[in-house]
Amino acid sequence: MAARWLVILALGVACRGLASAQEPLRPFTVQGDAIVESLTDAKGDPERGRAIVTNRQVGLCLLCHSGPFPAEKFQGTLAPDLRNAGARWSEGQLRLRMVDASRLNADTIMPPYYRIVGLHRVAPPFRDRPVLTAEQIEDVVAFLATMRD
Amino acid sequence: MLRTTFLAAAVAIAAPALSAEIPHDQRQSSYELMSPDTRAMQDEDTSNPGMLWVLEGEALWKRETGEANRSCADCHGDATQSMKGVAARHPAFDEKRREPVDLEGRINICRTEQQKAPASARESRDILALSAFIARQSRGMPIESSDERLRPFIEKGRSLFTARQGQLNLTCAQCHDDNWGQKLAGIPVPQAHPTGYPLYRLEWQALGSLQRRLRNCMIGMRAEAYVYGAPEYIALETFVKWRARGMPMESPAVRP
Repeated sequence: MAARWLVILALGVACRGLASAQEPLRPFTVQGDAIVESLTDAKGDPERGRAIVTNRQVGLCLLCHSGPFPAEKFQGTLAPDLRNAGARWSEGQLRLRMVDASRLNADTIMPPYYRIVGLHRVAPPFRDRPVLTAEQIEDVVAFLATMRD
Repeated sequence: MLRTTFLAAAVAIAAPALSAEIPHDQRQSSYELMSPDTRAMQDEDTSNPGMLWVLEGEALWKRETGEANRSCADCHGDATQSMKGVAARHPAFDEKRREPVDLEGRINICRTEQQKAPASARESRDILALSAFIARQSRGMPIESSDERLRPFIEKGRSLFTARQGQLNLTCAQCHDDNWGQKLAGIPVPQAHPTGYPLYRLEWQALGSLQRRLRNCMIGMRAEAYVYGAPEYIALETFVKWRARGMPMESPAVRP
């Protein structure tokens, strides 16, 4: 039951950590299966990235993914384990998979974390906002890149 | 080298996700996913909190109301006989309206047309109690969805079930057809067969309808929920009931 509440809290009512509606999305370039350049022209902070990944109201990652986070009890199995993600993918590949994984697989279950077009019936508090800001995406990319066994 | 810009992406439209329906021999009620304790709570009438609503519904069934000062029992008699199987075949096609109505909708049609009483609000205590009492009379009976006139509404429900929605851009089918049994935040994803509505959710600490449950999922997807009673909900209800055709009714079920 506790876990159910976590899902509700995480997916439903949380409004903190939302990207600003005013800020337009930064342009980016897809090369092959990657976005090679940082969305912010700066390196992300892996510490902040870790906090986003493990925060169910912000990153939402562990609802579907599992990973080496012993303190996080209720993890998901709908998506690949995040363990060793940095050894399996380059930063550019991780960046595109977060920004808009549907460019690689139209049927993907992975939500687009940095796309606001082509979405349907978005609830008002989330309209015209990406799931994460460009800075948050870079923080998560920087953190995932450190995940090597 | 493939180069696309963000602007090019702006015109890209998400294709509907491919989902396969669950083979009939693999269908299961979410009862199968529950702990022995929660199963026992559902199985024993004395421990099933949904029975409180059933008892309240039984009292309402016999109570005269509205300008007509008529009770449900005045027309329908003994519910244990007359209401047998009724919940199992709702949403049912309504001749006059040329569309399906769900059990709550049917109760309100009786209230407004026969009892001359105001319609009860969706999710209000009275309508949940009456629908629980009526659905209890279908316990153990197979869900029925064979009326051909339901077909276009089943198809509308299917298209809603497989359409991406919300900021998280998910479909119902991606979880409930493609990933049932996998864990979402540590909890097994159910197959979404509505065998037990209205049901008592420990999370809600209350009895609730299938529409309330559908609404919960939409909020989770960060999608705009429909107004209770909306045709989209009725179509979704009609589709998931068809999807569960033949499975036994459990109302009032208990779920975590």
